[in-house]
Amino acid sequence: MGVSIQVTNLNAWYGANHTLQDINLNIPANHATALIGPSGCGKSTFVRCLNRMHETNPVARVTGSVRMGGMDIYADTTPVEIRRRVGMVFQRPNPFPTMSIYDNVAAGLKLNGYSNRRALDEIVEKTLRNSALWDEVKDDLKKKSGASLSGGQQQRLCIARALAVDPEVLLMDEPASALDPVSTSKIEDLIFQLKAQYTIVIVTHNMQQAARVAENTGFFLNGRMVEFDSTHKIFTNPSDKRTEDYITGRFG
Amino acid sequence: MPDIRASDIPAASPPASSPGSKPAGADSALPAPLTEVSAQRRFLLSRGNSALADRVFKWLMVLCALSIFGIVVLIVWQLVLRSQLTWHAFGFRFFYQTFTNPDSHQPMYWDPVNSLFSAVPFIYGTLVSSFLALLMAVPLAVGTAIFLTEMCPRALRGPLAFLTELLAAIPSVIYGLWAVFVLVPILREHVNPLLTQWLGWTGLFNNDNPTGLGFLAAGVILAVMILPIISSLTREVMSAVPHAQREAALALGATRWEMIRMSVLRNARIGIVGAIILGLGRALGETMAVTMVIGNTPEIHRSLLANGSSMAAVIANEFTEAVSNMHLSALIEIGLALFMVTIIVNAFAQVLVWAVTRGAPAQTR
Repeated sequence: MGVSIQVTNLNAWYGANHTLQDINLNIPANHATALIGPSGCGKSTFVRCLNRMHETNPVARVTGSVRMGGMDIYADTTPVEIRRRVGMVFQRPNPFPTMSIYDNVAAGLKLNGYSNRRALDEIVEKTLRNSALWDEVKDDLKKKSGASLSGGQQQRLCIARALAVDPEVLLMDEPASALDPVSTSKIEDLIFQLKAQYTIVIVTHNMQQAARVAENTGFFLNGRMVEFDSTHKIFTNPSDKRTEDYITGRFG
Repeated sequence: MPDIRASDIPAASPPASSPGSKPAGADSALPAPLTEVSAQRRFLLSRGNSALADRVFKWLMVLCALSIFGIVVLIVWQLVLRSQLTWHAFGFRFFYQTFTNPDSHQPMYWDPVNSLFSAVPFIYGTLVSSFLALLMAVPLAVGTAIFLTEMCPRALRGPLAFLTELLAAIPSVIYGLWAVFVLVPILREHVNPLLTQWLGWTGLFNNDNPTGLGFLAAGVILAVMILPIISSLTREVMSAVPHAQREAALALGATRWEMIRMSVLRNARIGIVGAIILGLGRALGETMAVTMVIGNTPEIHRSLLANGSSMAAVIANEFTEAVSNMHLSALIEIGLALFMVTIIVNAFAQVLVWAVTRGAPAQTR
């Protein structure tokens, strides 16, 4: 089951560049939340702060607090522990090319020493079914490399890899932006099904995508969160003039 | 593109098609019908179809490739030709035969006075010292590469990489001198007694050699010499692993070491094996430093602390002093053996690479 996320006074820097400024936000559990905004507005930095990936860059810095299910991920725990609980899917599919499809899905569990082979088989099958990839790969699970799949299949494999550890939160950083329309709609269907079980935060450039998959939407601009509301409200009756300008295509 | 002639080039394009790209004044300044061939077009037309240039280039490159092949064939031809005497005397047995010393009844391999020659102790010495070197150099080199690519602060990275590469620029005779005056005394006084004490039961460390020279000394100095090759190549292939691969592992909750194992080492393994093979190649052929510390005794001992010899060392040591034709022929045949051992080891390494990478294809991106 997913957990809710409370973000308080989150600030982030890349070197001298203040990329996120005073973000306050409550993300409800077991819903999909979309983050939209023009390029460079800080939405990717924001999701990377939710699993402490931001700080893997040596010049990056974060202040503020992010609480997940009652735990402050910056004060109470380590990056390694939080990343075991928060799955992430990146913009470009990045399966492990030297591992089979099976090993890609099992990577998160094997990494942590999970060795019950029968249970692992079941988990791999279940997550691949959940990720709508099972029928396409079931015959060469252990024969083919993760990199031998098409771009859309690779991205679903990456989603399966993130889901195999049964995360509490699933972060998706423009998961469909490198994919063709057919693969994109498969990923969107997938997100739609997954949000019943997981808290999903999805960054997207595509406003229709946000409207299709998310209950709530946040609009980011120049490192600040301009508006956060139900997706319906954001797209039909935004309270901020800048949000309206953006969703009607006047800039961005 | 089909031929474009000056007459095909339309007159100045209508201004509406390029809004704002040029000031209006520039358009109106152009002559209306463009009949003259422009200077750059005339230049390019004068270049012809360049078919000859492509053909010449191709044959030049073929020649380069063939010359390498030719050099290898010539070397082998000369080695075979000039080792005829021993080849006729011993045939293939040269590579495995053992004689017996008539006085001590000990095995004996190399007796120039009585014209008894066998390559066995030299092949043994080359292989043992080279593999000892790999055993020590590979973990150190891979560790260095991991530190430099994954952990080292950016400011330190350049200087440290430069220092490791500097090791490769030192001439091998300097390594040999250093080994004779520094390394061997240290081994003799401190390391060898300890090895005998703790690991003597394996039979690999019998400290009955008071000189400190021997296989171990040769292995250590070889390890130092091949370290920079292996570590700089390993560093190269590791930094070529896409950043996304590291993020993928980190996002799954990998610790730093797990991330390195899962994404960096796995993706770079083919390149790392390649780096090791190159290092091994250098170790097999290294002459000067090994000659100075291996002890130059044509014997086979299980103990790594015993004196031995290597193929390159015996050639370097005895070539100028070989008076009989038979002795000279034997040394050249040792050269042939070195050549073959190098080929066999490389072939074996290729098989190893193939076996390691058989299951999953390499990065295809």
